Amino acid sequence: MSTAKVATRSVRVYVPCDSAALSVGASGVARAIAKQAVSRGLDVSVVRNGSRGLFWLEPLVEVETPRGRIAYGPVSTEAVGDLFDAGFLDGKPHPLCLGPTEEIPYLKQQERLTFARCGIVDPLSLSDYLANGGYRGLQRALSLTPEEIVAEVTNSGLRGRGGAGFPTGIKWKTVLGAQSDQKYICCNADEGDSGTYADRMIMEGDPFVLIEGMTIAAIAVGATEGYIYCRSEYPHAFRSMQSAIAIARENGYLGANVAGSGKRFDLEVRLGAGAYICGEETSMLESLEGRRGQIRPKPPLPALEGLFGKPTVVNNLITLATVPIILDKGAEYYRDFGMGKSRGTLTIQLAGNIKHGGLVEKAFGITLHDAIYGFGGGTASGRPLRAVQVGGPLGAYFPASFLDTPLDYEAFGARKGMLGHGGIVVFDDTVDLAKQARFAMEFCAIESCGKCTPCRVGSTRGVEVIDRIIANENRTRNLELLDDLCELMTDGSLCALGGLIPLPVMSAIRNFPEDFDKRADFDKPAPAPPGLIDPQNRETHPWR
Amino acid sequence: MQAWDADRAQARIQELERLPGALLPILHALQEEFGFIHPEATPLVAHALNISHAEVHGVISFYHDFRHASPGTHVLKICRAESCQSMGCDALIQHIEKRLGVKLGETTPDQSLTVEQVFCLGNCALSPAVMLDGEPYGRVSPSVADFLIDSSRRAQ
Repeated sequence: MSTAKVATRSVRVYVPCDSAALSVGASGVARAIAKQAVSRGLDVSVVRNGSRGLFWLEPLVEVETPRGRIAYGPVSTEAVGDLFDAGFLDGKPHPLCLGPTEEIPYLKQQERLTFARCGIVDPLSLSDYLANGGYRGLQRALSLTPEEIVAEVTNSGLRGRGGAGFPTGIKWKTVLGAQSDQKYICCNADEGDSGTYADRMIMEGDPFVLIEGMTIAAIAVGATEGYIYCRSEYPHAFRSMQSAIAIARENGYLGANVAGSGKRFDLEVRLGAGAYICGEETSMLESLEGRRGQIRPKPPLPALEGLFGKPTVVNNLITLATVPIILDKGAEYYRDFGMGKSRGTLTIQLAGNIKHGGLVEKAFGITLHDAIYGFGGGTASGRPLRAVQVGGPLGAYFPASFLDTPLDYEAFGARKGMLGHGGIVVFDDTVDLAKQARFAMEFCAIESCGKCTPCRVGSTRGVEVIDRIIANENRTRNLELLDDLCELMTDGSLCALGGLIPLPVMSAIRNFPEDFDKRADFDKPAPAPPGLIDPQNRETHPWR
Repeated sequence: MQAWDADRAQARIQELERLPGALLPILHALQEEFGFIHPEATPLVAHALNISHAEVHGVISFYHDFRHASPGTHVLKICRAESCQSMGCDALIQHIEKRLGVKLGETTPDQSLTVEQVFCLGNCALSPAVMLDGEPYGRVSPSVADFLIDSSRRAQ
């Protein structure tokens, strides 16, 4: 290879700055690439992009070539020299080469609308954002009346992606119709459900799309201030959002005159403080106001009396980040994806004991089986799949026989489950469902805000009853008692935490009754903990 | 992290007290500065925001993040949520507790390391996940955990 020839052009190499990529050594790889380039006299510019969401391949390095972007992964620091020797800057073959990124089946079979730019652009480059379709949605929104924007969102069929699935357009219409001197847009980025990371990926990989979505919402309903409530477990996402907001403000996309429209909208990102309940919208509002994150009884709806008592749009991050493409391409374009009453795409997050964990954005309607086996490749441990929890800690445990369930709000509801935020956590046959049911109650006891008795006291009593069932004390009577307690929590709790925690508990009992039999071995750790094996059979781990 | 300094605390409070809903940003700033919320901070914050000591204390005690005592030099947060459970985080936690001789929520006697539980770090495709001093680590086996613990304690 003639170094002199290569040195005449600057090669763009992409190494993600997404937290998941960082967690397996992406920054070390980025430094190693820069260092090798210097020592070889090559002109390489390393771009820190978001993640494509193919996490088992992270750190996924991409090189820009005349044939498009060529992917290599998972790349370790040690492999970098070898990649240079093999000519990866020209997209040449290497054992780690995955070919053109867009052709990787996992990615090619997706329908990326909300995540259209994630992993492609430099997250903090406004020019990248604009060059890839950014702010076209806002531009169109500015040519419409507020009523027309709301109608567009309503017609798209977009429903809240946080879990409740409430039609977004209807919520906006209520806020638009409310009379007030001040209205707010609040983005719920308190993504506390285990198995979910889509919000984090957007904040770290394409933060401007959220800013644009919130701006469109503000113009639609007449709000002038917005808040993003970001959980404290996401320090990188928080900093990325802070930087993106500052850049948008400097470039006139936030502030007194948004994109030259004469309309005012400004935005601030706030940090939560480790309370799961603050993902509940009224708790989040209390927390933003500087109080304990205790839920507020509804009514009044936040749409009428929300933040600081003013009409407020509270939407999940993915909901807001989906608004720009709906405005850009039109309601019909978005509505044409999906099934039944679930329109558009779902951001499926494959997690837990899964071989190919990652983000799969796909039209509603794909079955659990196709998500877990078609994309996910089955369990990471190679053992049989036994249980799946969809929708976070408040979601039901499904057995393998339920894998034909399509990912659709109504289909999950029909099987007494919940689609939630789209997180799918896979368990192999070492899972103990009695232990999982106990954990659900324990989690509820730890995270209950304390406002209502069914949740505050019920969860602690629930742990005790499950302990007695496991110890085989009056098993039949205690199972009845647990059933009764769950019914009371479902009907009597003020919010979804106490109201839905019976879902994982009762589904575990219903679908896995054998695990609630006498169990002398309960205190022993699970057999053959699969987390301690490397799902990729990689020889080296970056931190070893 | 520095030792408690009322003047410094007052300065941080003044930077933020005019924000709408300023209490959480102030508490985060104080914890960033001193590693925990010093008891003497409560009256300062209450006075600045014109709210009662009880209200400030109530908020500090409500949120898991706010500490009541100084943490170790390094903080290791270990995810205990379902995704990490499916990949053996219970065994990982047992290993770490045994090695350090402390339980979750405690600090090693030499004050070098605090271990805390956390429910989800959003790295669920690479479970089990931990966070050391704000930096994420995925697919953490016992040997990876040992490496992280050893290198952080050496680096202090």
